[in-house]
This record gives sequence, C-alpha cells and structure tokens, in this order.
Amino acid sequence: MHYGAVEAVRGIDLHINEGEIVTILGANGAGKSSTMNSIVGLEPPNQGEINFSGISLFGLPTENIVRYGITLTPEGRRIFGSLTTEDNLLLGSFPLADPKTDRARNLLKMYDLFPILSERREQIAGTLSGGQQQMLAIARSLMSSPKLLLLDEPSLGLAPQIVDTIFEQIVDLRDAGITILLVEQNVAMSLQVADRGYIMASGRIVTEGSSEELSSSNVVEQAYLGHE
Amino acid sequence: MDNELGIFIQQTINAISLGGTYALLALGLAIIFSIMGMINFAHGELMTITGYTLMYCGLSGLPFIIAAPLAVLVAAGAAVLMERIAFRPVRGGSPASMLVTSFAVAIILQTLFQNLIATRSKAVILPDILAQSVRLGDLTIGINQILSISLTIVILIALNWFLRKTILGMAMRAAAEDFSVARLMGVRANAVIAGAFAISGALAGAAGVLWVAQRASVDPLMGFVPVLKAFIAAILGGLGSLTGAVAGGFALGFIEIYLSAYLPDHIQPFKEALALGAVILVLLVRPNGLIPAVTVGREKV
Repeated sequence: MHYGAVEAVRGIDLHINEGEIVTILGANGAGKSSTMNSIVGLEPPNQGEINFSGISLFGLPTENIVRYGITLTPEGRRIFGSLTTEDNLLLGSFPLADPKTDRARNLLKMYDLFPILSERREQIAGTLSGGQQQMLAIARSLMSSPKLLLLDEPSLGLAPQIVDTIFEQIVDLRDAGITILLVEQNVAMSLQVADRGYIMASGRIVTEGSSEELSSSNVVEQAYLGHE
Repeated sequence: MDNELGIFIQQTINAISLGGTYALLALGLAIIFSIMGMINFAHGELMTITGYTLMYCGLSGLPFIIAAPLAVLVAAGAAVLMERIAFRPVRGGSPASMLVTSFAVAIILQTLFQNLIATRSKAVILPDILAQSVRLGDLTIGINQILSISLTIVILIALNWFLRKTILGMAMRAAAEDFSVARLMGVRANAVIAGAFAISGALAGAAGVLWVAQRASVDPLMGFVPVLKAFIAAILGGLGSLTGAVAGGFALGFIEIYLSAYLPDHIQPFKEALALGAVILVLLVRPNGLIPAVTVGREKV
C-alpha cells in the first residue's frame, strides 16, 4: 500500500504498509484532519497522487473511494444522531460489494465486538453516551469491511478508562488484519500502539520514524510547543 | 347536534383538508432543504405542471383515475429534470446562488406556461363525483375533502415508512443529517439528491391534484401562493425538519380556516395579516420552529 505525494495540505508524502498502525501527530491546525479528509476525497487535493493497492484514487468522489476498502471515522464521531444504533450500522454497510450476505454477518460481528451496541440497538444514537457513540462510529466504519481504516481523534472528549478500551480495540483491529492510520491528540498512547508515525506542523510533514524513534526524540514536543 | 358544534366540525374538516395540502407542499420543500440547504421556489411550478397535465388529460378524455397518478409522475419527472439541468451546476454554491437559481427556474417556467399554453386561467375537466358530497347526520362532507384528507394520510404514512424502513430512505435521512459522512458510507450524492427531488416533485404533484380538484382550473401562476404558504408552514414547523413541515402545514391550515370562519366580518380583510401575525408569535416563542431540525446550521452538500 502506498500513497505517493498526497498534496493534501502542502506537499505531503506518506505511505502505509499493510497491517500497520501509522499515526499522524501534530498540534491543532497542523493539517492532520485535512490529510485524512483528502485521502477519502472529502477535501479533494488539487494535485498529487493517491494510490491504494495499485489503484489511483486521485479525483474520485468519496462514495467511490470507500468502495475500494478505505474508510474514515471522522473527528467528533458524527454518528447519525436521529437514527437508531442499528440503522447507523446498516448505513455503514453501503459500500459492501455483496451487501445481501455480508451485511447481516458484519452486524453480528460488530455486536460481538461491541456488546454495548447490541444492548442499545434500538436506541436513538444521539442519546448514547460519548464513549458509546465513539464505538458506534468505529463499528459503523467497520461495517464496510475496510482494508484501511482512518481514525480521526477517536479518544477526543472521552473518559480515561474509555480511552483505554478504544485503544485496546484499535490494536485488536490491527491484529485482525485491518491497516490503520490514526490521528490523535493523545501522543503517548498513539506512539504506544503505532508502528510508525509522522509529525506534522503548519501543513507539512516535519519528521517521520518508528514509534520508538519518535518517542525518544524531542521533535514531538517541539511540534506541539511550536504552536501552543 | 347543535348548529354551532356542527359548524365547528365542518370548519375543522376544512382545516385538515387545507392543512394537509400545505403539509404535502411543505414536506417537499423540507426534503430538498434538509439535504441541499436550498429553498426551491420553483416547487410551485411543479404544482402548475400537474395542473396542466390534468387539463390536457381531461381534454383528451383520459379518466381522472388515470390522469391523477400520471400528473403526479409528470411532476416527479419534472422535479428530477429541474435538478439535473438547473440545480446540479450550482450545487455546493452559496445559499444565495441556489435561491436565485430556483427563482429563475420558477420565472422561466411561468413565462413558458404563459406563452405556450395561456396567460389566463383554463378550466380542468373533472369527474362529477368530486363536486358531490356525503351527509353524515347534520354534516356535509365534500368528496373532495374526503379524497384530500385520505390521500394526505396515505402519503404521510407511506413516506414515513419509506424514510424509516428502506435502506434508500435511511440513506436520505443520513444525507440530510450529515452529507459528508453519508458519502463516507458510500451513499451516492447524485442518486440521493435525484431521489429527493423525485419525492419532492411527487408531493408537489399530489398537492397539485388536490388543489386543482377543489378549483377545477389552472393558470400559469397557480403554484405561487400555495408554495409561499408552504414555505411559511415549513418555517413555522422548523425549516429542514420533516415532522415540523407536516406540523407547520396543518397549523397554518387551522389558523387560516378558523380565522376566516370566526373573525367578525369587519376584521375579515385583515385575516391574512392576522394569520402571519400568529405565525410570527409562534416563532417569537420558538425561533427554530415548532419541531426544529436536528441539524440546524450543519454543513450541506
């Protein structure tokens, strides 16, 4: 898997290998979310290349990109608050190539993975707690059986023990074979679960390296302090 | 039954019938607004197109029972064409450019009706049964009103079922709530918007059939006033909220009918002003309408 020169914000070149968790770190406004959004076509880049398993995604509309097995769990969860938990999940299965058989199977899988969602399946999603909404947002993305999952700030606004659960689930997803690109405020935990990371500042990638390299250097601190 | 109660029930039936028509129109406006953030002022011309379709069907001797559904289909098709030709190029533009575009479409269509059909009102041949009425005790209920009320109920139930139980309906609700995320779910923007226009057009068509069935005539500007009322109803109910549009439509129907039934004669000339005053009073207390949309201010297509 390779994204060559994603001209998302200002000449960004990042790649993700199959089976990895890769994290993008940086202060608010560094361009992390824009990078994610441009991969899935929500903020279409004006130039550059986006390749996914040899397929060029550049210029494709979002609804087609997700059919290749990439999806984004957006920042702020953005579940459909007026729909039930189950309807949110069913909508997530839209990009499936064979929804008739896979939809029901994925739904069972999600209820197995997130038992609380099974208990709340008839509940209006807007009335779920923050942690439950985050689980729903992730589960909704997983309903499309993605090969690559982009997670934008999955721990934002959640209580510490829920954050732990979410991060455990991220590792489980990687172990189940899903490649993950993770944008997070929680630097320490991201570097703990990630294999590699990129650090962004002012719309550019300033450093990249393995999680160990990034944890032991002070570039991370600089990237944040430089903007706060 | 004493006479006063009889009149009250009679007027209530009138109010449900008129309110139902406003509700269908307001729903059509609300569906488009909730997904695209656009007020389609050419919605009324879809009603007019329905009226002319009924007129031509009547002239060619087609029975009303076939002509009415055909006219609804024509309105739905016209709405889809309208989107494809006029609104798709400005999709994602500012609300002002979408609004101006919809005004332009309305005026172009009115001009076409005036030049190609007639500037004056034309009679629509309707089956005699529509002019008849049934007596229930002291009450006289027009077949028209029975048709209007029952059709409104059937449409509201069917639409509710469609939006809640079918995957396409859910996709439309999702798109109304958060269009970007709906696209992340693989919902095709063009398909959802075309579907929304088809439904909106069919609703305008149904309202058009009911409107013409009451009046037996059609003119180039026929759609303007009812759609203006529907717009007020949609705002009263909470712009972009579908339940709100229905509530607003019925509320406006009730306000108008009761005011014209119970206002003393010398105040009657002011009834429109009083009706709008009542709407403003409601909005002062509930600025986002009776049943606000969940997504007030959320980014649209």
